[in-house]
Amino acid sequence: MTGVTMGINSPLAGYLLVAALLFAIGLAGALVRRNAILVLIGIELMLNAANLNLIAFWRYGPHPEALTGMMFAIFSIAVAAAEAAVGLGLVIAIHRHTDTTDLDKMNRMKG
Amino acid sequence: MQESGAFTPQFATSAITGILWLIPVAPMVASGVIALLKQPRRKLAAGLAIGSLSISLLLSLVAFCHVVAGWAHGSVIREFVNFTWFRFGSSTVDLGWVLDPLASIMLVMVSFVGLLIFIYSVGYMAHDENFTRFFCFLSLFAGAMLGVVISNSLLLLFMCWEIVGLTSYLLIGFWYQKPSAAAAAKKAFVTTRVGDVFFLLGIVWLFSQTGTLLFYNHGVGSLEGLALVNLLSQHAGLGLSAAGAIGLLIFAGAVGKSGQLPLHVWLPDAMEGPTPVSALIHAATMVAAGVYLVARVYPLMQIGAAPGGTTTALTVVTWVGASTAVFAALIAVAQNDIKRILAYSTISQLGYMMAGLGLGGVAVGMFHLITHAFFKALLFLGAGSVIHGCHEEQDIRRMGGLKSDMPLTFVTYAIGMLALCGFPIFFSGFWSKDGILEAAQHWDLSKGPFYLLVFGALLTAFYMTRQVCYVFFGHWRGHGSAHESPKVMTLPLAILAFFAIALGVIGTPAWPWFHAFLSNRAASFDLHGFAEPGLGLLMLGSSCVVFAGLGLGWWLYGNKSPKPEAPDALEKSAPWLWKPLRDRLYIDEFYGVTVIAFYGWWARVADWLDRRVWGGIVAVIAWLFGLWARLNRFLDVDWVDGGFDKTCEEISSGGGLLSRVEGGRVQNYLRILAAAVVALVAILLWSSRP
Repeated sequence: MTGVTMGINSPLAGYLLVAALLFAIGLAGALVRRNAILVLIGIELMLNAANLNLIAFWRYGPHPEALTGMMFAIFSIAVAAAEAAVGLGLVIAIHRHTDTTDLDKMNRMKG
Repeated sequence: MQESGAFTPQFATSAITGILWLIPVAPMVASGVIALLKQPRRKLAAGLAIGSLSISLLLSLVAFCHVVAGWAHGSVIREFVNFTWFRFGSSTVDLGWVLDPLASIMLVMVSFVGLLIFIYSVGYMAHDENFTRFFCFLSLFAGAMLGVVISNSLLLLFMCWEIVGLTSYLLIGFWYQKPSAAAAAKKAFVTTRVGDVFFLLGIVWLFSQTGTLLFYNHGVGSLEGLALVNLLSQHAGLGLSAAGAIGLLIFAGAVGKSGQLPLHVWLPDAMEGPTPVSALIHAATMVAAGVYLVARVYPLMQIGAAPGGTTTALTVVTWVGASTAVFAALIAVAQNDIKRILAYSTISQLGYMMAGLGLGGVAVGMFHLITHAFFKALLFLGAGSVIHGCHEEQDIRRMGGLKSDMPLTFVTYAIGMLALCGFPIFFSGFWSKDGILEAAQHWDLSKGPFYLLVFGALLTAFYMTRQVCYVFFGHWRGHGSAHESPKVMTLPLAILAFFAIALGVIGTPAWPWFHAFLSNRAASFDLHGFAEPGLGLLMLGSSCVVFAGLGLGWWLYGNKSPKPEAPDALEKSAPWLWKPLRDRLYIDEFYGVTVIAFYGWWARVADWLDRRVWGGIVAVIAWLFGLWARLNRFLDVDWVDGGFDKTCEEISSGGGLLSRVEGGRVQNYLRILAAAVVALVAILLWSSRP
């Protein structure tokens, strides 16, 4: 990990556990849902889990006075917003084209 | 170092010698041009051939006059131009041409007789489809023959000699659609080749001994003093010097070309060719080339003879000639084909020439050659005229009574026939034949040739009388009616007939101009020439022999006109003699069961060897290679290919498997990604455990 060694009872572990749970829920949503929009929502959950990790490691890290973790999270949220916009745009475009958002029917992406 | 093959005349003594090469080249060029003409250009072809030969004749006459003029002023004319053809190592091969009395007289004879025959051919071949081809061959022949005459190098002579042989082949087989003509052409070619092999051996031997093939070259030619003495001093075994042995080898070539025993068999068959060819090649010129060759290399044969004596080589020449003369005359008695009789007669007369060379020297033999050329050409052209007039009939039993139907042909033919028989005083044949008989009479070694030749003279008169009786006397026994030939054919006959009579003048004992000319003595007119001891008796005797032959012939055949199917008069009185003569003394059959049978047997042996032995070896090797190939195939197909194919299959199916991962479903990719992350985390955790 990062060299910061703390026990399971420290406040960081609670954040990390929540983040891992959040990531697992997002991943499960992304893998099992067939609706492209729901998959996108799963991906957003995973991103936010990662953001939560960043904030947690910053807050309980050796230099909480520097705003690095916050900056990371803000960048990440910006990028995620852009990504969500592109992803939704793609889904709308595919929906217009094929009249479906079912991922199992979008299998033409092989080379 | 001059370039080899460069034309570098070393020496030219007069203008005519300098351009002597034009004489053979003119007809050869004409031949080449005619070969390029189309079939219908008949007039142009004949014109070119006759025109070029006229140029040759003109130049020959100039050359002849030049030599005669020089001789009259008492200077020996022997001019030559030599040049190097090529060199190898330190040896050079030189070619060249020579003008001397012998060559000049032959030049005039060949080009003159040739020209007359060319003119005659225009009429004779008028209806032949291949008129232009005929004149192409004739011109080539004339050029090559003139080349033989002027050659100053044995090699150049041999080349021209072979071209002559080639054209002879082409012309005998001119009507190649006839199987008999094609066979006769082949026979002539192969038979003369036998002699030519010996000739070539002689050439090689001469070159190895003297280092030159030039005849005359300022004292260092092969026929001049130094080389002859050198050749004489070497012994070749059997009592022959190298000179004599080489001379005999060259003579063997002449035997082939001149139809002497035992290589005469091709000449009668050669009559399958058109009649002008028979006249030109197989009577007047080509067959005389052999005699001319012997006359040309005479110094080789003569060297080492005591004064008035002879040498082994000349003795061989004499006996071959004399026996050929009688042998062929005997066969001629019992032939029924008008041209075959003349063919055997030609062989016989060539025998006389050879005997004349052996017995009496160049002049005696050459004089008979010249006179014979004229009257034999006359006889052949006359025979052609007869054949033409009788609708291509050649069997004398189906002719008869032509003396009224073809008067001009009859008169000229009779002149030729009397000249050939040696009818006394008025005909050239008498003087030339008497020269030979006289020489034979004075020969010290044996009187055999003399008796043979006298007997031959009797037979000659007999068979010619028989032929003339059959053809011209009695009544017509053929089909249709005979007609006289056109002027273009009879005019040459008349000219030749004139010379058949007139040529005798230059060779009588009273004025031996010809002999003096060839042997470089002054000629003078002296009636005392007749008064030589024994000469009158000889002339009387030979006249009696001729009259006996003529009388015998007339008694048996004169004016009787037997039916074509009836047996011959001689057959009735002496069948035991007739049959072997009619069958040509079984020489062809003899060759058939010896030489040809041997070759047939040898060919069968070779065939058997080829099929069984060599073929077997080849088959075994082929089988081994087949085995090796099958092994290779097995390795290739089952091992190499199999391994390769399997590898390819595996790669392909592996690719197929992997391609399923790339299914196009985003979630599948994500699943793999997630599984990989889980696996990665697991590895990290596992590896960082304490």
